[in-house]
Amino acid sequence: MCQVDEEYNGQLEHRVTPRGCFKEYFIHKFRAMLGKNRVIFPGEKVLLAVSGGPASSSMLSQVQEGLSRDAPKKLRFVPGIIYIDEGGASGQSMEERKRALAELESVFRATNYHYHIVHLDLPSSVLEAGSSATEKPQTGSSYKAAVDHFIQTRKNQNQHPDLSVENVQSLRMQEVQSGGTSPITPEHTQALQRLFASVRTLTAKEDLLHTLRQHLILHTARTQGYTKVMMGDSCSRLAIKLLSNISLGRGASLATDTGFSDPRYGDVVIVRPMRDYSSKEIAYYNRMFDIPSVFIPGLDCKAQDKASIQRLTESFVTKLQADFPSTVSTIYRTSEKLNTACPPQNTNTQLSAKCLLCVCALDTKLEEFSAYQATLISEQLSQRRGPRPGFTPGTAAAPGSPPASSAGQGQSQGCETGEGGCCPSPETVDLKSLLCYSCGLTIKDMTTRDALPQYILSEAERRRSQMREISEFLLEDEAIPRVNGSL
Amino acid sequence: MSIETRMHIMNGKTRSHLISTSQQSGQAGMLFKQLETDWGGAELLFGSVKEHHVTLPNQSEPWDMKQLLVWIRGNMLKERPELFVQGDTVRPGILVLINDADWELMGELEYELQDKDNVVFISTLHGG
Repeated sequence: MCQVDEEYNGQLEHRVTPRGCFKEYFIHKFRAMLGKNRVIFPGEKVLLAVSGGPASSSMLSQVQEGLSRDAPKKLRFVPGIIYIDEGGASGQSMEERKRALAELESVFRATNYHYHIVHLDLPSSVLEAGSSATEKPQTGSSYKAAVDHFIQTRKNQNQHPDLSVENVQSLRMQEVQSGGTSPITPEHTQALQRLFASVRTLTAKEDLLHTLRQHLILHTARTQGYTKVMMGDSCSRLAIKLLSNISLGRGASLATDTGFSDPRYGDVVIVRPMRDYSSKEIAYYNRMFDIPSVFIPGLDCKAQDKASIQRLTESFVTKLQADFPSTVSTIYRTSEKLNTACPPQNTNTQLSAKCLLCVCALDTKLEEFSAYQATLISEQLSQRRGPRPGFTPGTAAAPGSPPASSAGQGQSQGCETGEGGCCPSPETVDLKSLLCYSCGLTIKDMTTRDALPQYILSEAERRRSQMREISEFLLEDEAIPRVNGSL
Repeated sequence: MSIETRMHIMNGKTRSHLISTSQQSGQAGMLFKQLETDWGGAELLFGSVKEHHVTLPNQSEPWDMKQLLVWIRGNMLKERPELFVQGDTVRPGILVLINDADWELMGELEYELQDKDNVVFISTLHGG
């Protein structure tokens, strides 16, 4: 087998054969990954999220390979490219960003696909973080039926009549101009920098950046009519992500974060076709076949090993991999075994049950005796002692009280806990009840919440008012004496 | 015997970051190598220069990779040597290609450098 890591002396003499063999193996893996998990429908619009890095550039070239005419059984979907310019967050100067953009644009133009360049400094990008669930996920139905259904719905929508690749090319010119390449305005950059300056730790910064990036990709996909997004996460990267997500408190959403398909947004599905490639393979392939890629320094460039959880995990896994080459593949195989237990699609637990930022299921439902409740108790106990002003017995601040709020959505109780001195301002706690555990940690790390993009704050406000309306119809738990919980 | 160091900066290479240190063999038997640091920002440690053509100084015993790394660390790394070299060898996560073949096939640190060898360092790490 002509894998790169095989120690064949033959590789030294015959340079041609392993190269061709390797290329076939590489291409085959991509198609096998797409073919095994049949989620891409023919004719569908797929957004390729390209960061300029080696993995995503490699993915781009694989898509080109697959869509080219002479490929046997060629892939059939309509690709578009998106690149998110994060220079404002990572402190790059305008010239550097422009230079990188120019390089990338030349790469994108060579592919003849639609491309969208979006800057992260647009804080006014409207995103309804919760308004997914419009399309039921295809659980259990066969692929053929799903394809038929897809073609039917597409016929019904008269928006994208029969977009073939040729039409895409002809539309390219208009799309390019309107493709979100609005000029970088200094105010937006400053707002973005202010946001990231208000976050204390690098871990939270990276987390926040990742979240904002996801939001932007999702927003672009929705507005431009893409139903699938391809991310270029490689095997090594996903192994690192798996471990660092556990450390960050995202264990509940591991399967969606690192699995092949990520259906949490409902109408847009994120797929990761590169998850079978180690970064070494990708590096070799790019080198051998001259895949153009552009390096954009990120937030954690040249940072210390211990600067953030993600960085530490990366160095840990990489170093371990050097001595034990099966590390990454073991982690990868383990992640393959993780499955999302699909929650029953109750219409009751709709938007309110999803985290505001990462749109995964909220894991902070305050049940009794959960680990989360234990951390809350520790937090309360370690903050202040003695009775607090505004303390109403039987509700907030007593260790037994958090279970009392589990029936309601925790909104009003959250406010009272806030007055109990847990958190300084009531709106902080309100935000916390809309977030999952790890997003809550990220937000807690911020010194000020106002720097958050407007769309997040307005969405939070919308949900809060929605909760308030709903809570009026729910039975008040304080009125009912709890047998086992009250003190 | 003079030591020639030619820093040849190649621009316009969209092929990510190549730091090439070239050692070309000259008449006096000095080794020319072309070292490239490819991708992943490794070039940032080398002053953002894409290709360096460098002549290794002459010495009695042939140069091997270990000495080369020491030499690079001493002469070429502009900053943060620990991000590139770790102990005797390169930091884990940095691939080394000698003449487009994995250096593990060539003996890693014990490989003896030849004239006009092309050594490429590719960083697969996230940042820096």
